[in-house]
Amino acid sequence: MANVERPLSPHLGIYKPQITMVTSITHRITGVALGGGTLLLAWWLIAIAAGPEAFEIANGFISSWFGQLILFGFTWALFYHLCNGIRHLFWDAGKGFELPTMRKSGMAAIIMSVVLTLLTWGISFGIGG
Amino acid sequence: MVELTLPKNSRVGTGKTHPKPEGSTKTKTFNVYRWSPDDTENPRIDTYHVDLEDCGPMILDGLIKIKNEIDPTLTFRRSCREGICGSCAMNINGTNTLACTKGMDEVSGDINIYPLPHQPVVKDLVPDLTNFYAQYASIKPWMQTQTPPPPDRERLQSKEDREKLDGLYECILCACCSTSCPSYWWNSDRFLGPAILLQAYRWLADSRDENTGERLDNLEDPFRLYRCHTIMNCANTCPKGLNPAKAIAEIKKMMVERRG
Repeated sequence: MANVERPLSPHLGIYKPQITMVTSITHRITGVALGGGTLLLAWWLIAIAAGPEAFEIANGFISSWFGQLILFGFTWALFYHLCNGIRHLFWDAGKGFELPTMRKSGMAAIIMSVVLTLLTWGISFGIGG
Repeated sequence: MVELTLPKNSRVGTGKTHPKPEGSTKTKTFNVYRWSPDDTENPRIDTYHVDLEDCGPMILDGLIKIKNEIDPTLTFRRSCREGICGSCAMNINGTNTLACTKGMDEVSGDINIYPLPHQPVVKDLVPDLTNFYAQYASIKPWMQTQTPPPPDRERLQSKEDREKLDGLYECILCACCSTSCPSYWWNSDRFLGPAILLQAYRWLADSRDENTGERLDNLEDPFRLYRCHTIMNCANTCPKGLNPAKAIAEIKKMMVERRG
């Protein structure tokens, strides 16, 4: 009995990714990202109240290309979490569990989140420039 | 706890490649997870070539042929060879299924076989399912009643009530679904997992069972029931085509409904 300690069989590294699995983990990741994005938003709002210099710094960061990239990601995370959250509401009512429905609703959440993000940015660039 | 990588003693190395059978024109390559308690080595992947012209059509047929003709040390569970006993559950090309009902022609290219994921390995493709069975026992999977049975016959059930058990009673407890569930991987010490929760619902849904309240009390727990996040690997992988996620959602609904 040389090897008394049993190994753990491989799991995440060998399991085949599936759309339902991917939409689920993305829901959690975007949920965490929304926390970070909200902090950014809070910083911006506090900076408005704190005076012109503080606002200058916060606004400068957010309008930089890096800040805009974060904001773009934040927008997508928000819309994805919203769209996938609607799927969760249906599931809580016991609906939409059939596998074809599941895959379709997952694809719909992904596509809708991208469309809504692009629409939001398109409109805001159209209005604000 | 979430652990994305394997512990040191569980990392998989490269193993032995057995030679191709002589004179055969049609072969299938099997890459199989191996681990033995008899030495101190890490798990490894051994490669075998199976002659398809002299072999049954299913992946289990291939494994049996390897054991009979190439390497008798290869260890796996099997019994009924027709998808009713659940013994030969294993991970085949990324998803869990029964080796006896999965055809070799369903897999294009090499066949990669691992034991059911995130379980302690007894040997090769044999996982230790002690925890799984203990969790099954914890839901008291038998009919519980308060009232005495009719003196002259069995407890009867209407056709409609019997139909409520369709999609539940077919479960063979092969553990494919539970070991496909990331939530179960990280929390199997406290989360019951899809197979056991589907069984729990099988008794909750049975019109003859009279212990519904107590059964729900037993499941009312942040881990036992509520670690299900509708990831859906369970229903995607079930070799019997059942939907444990749907059964779990029904239990969650019962929890809400009884609060009124």
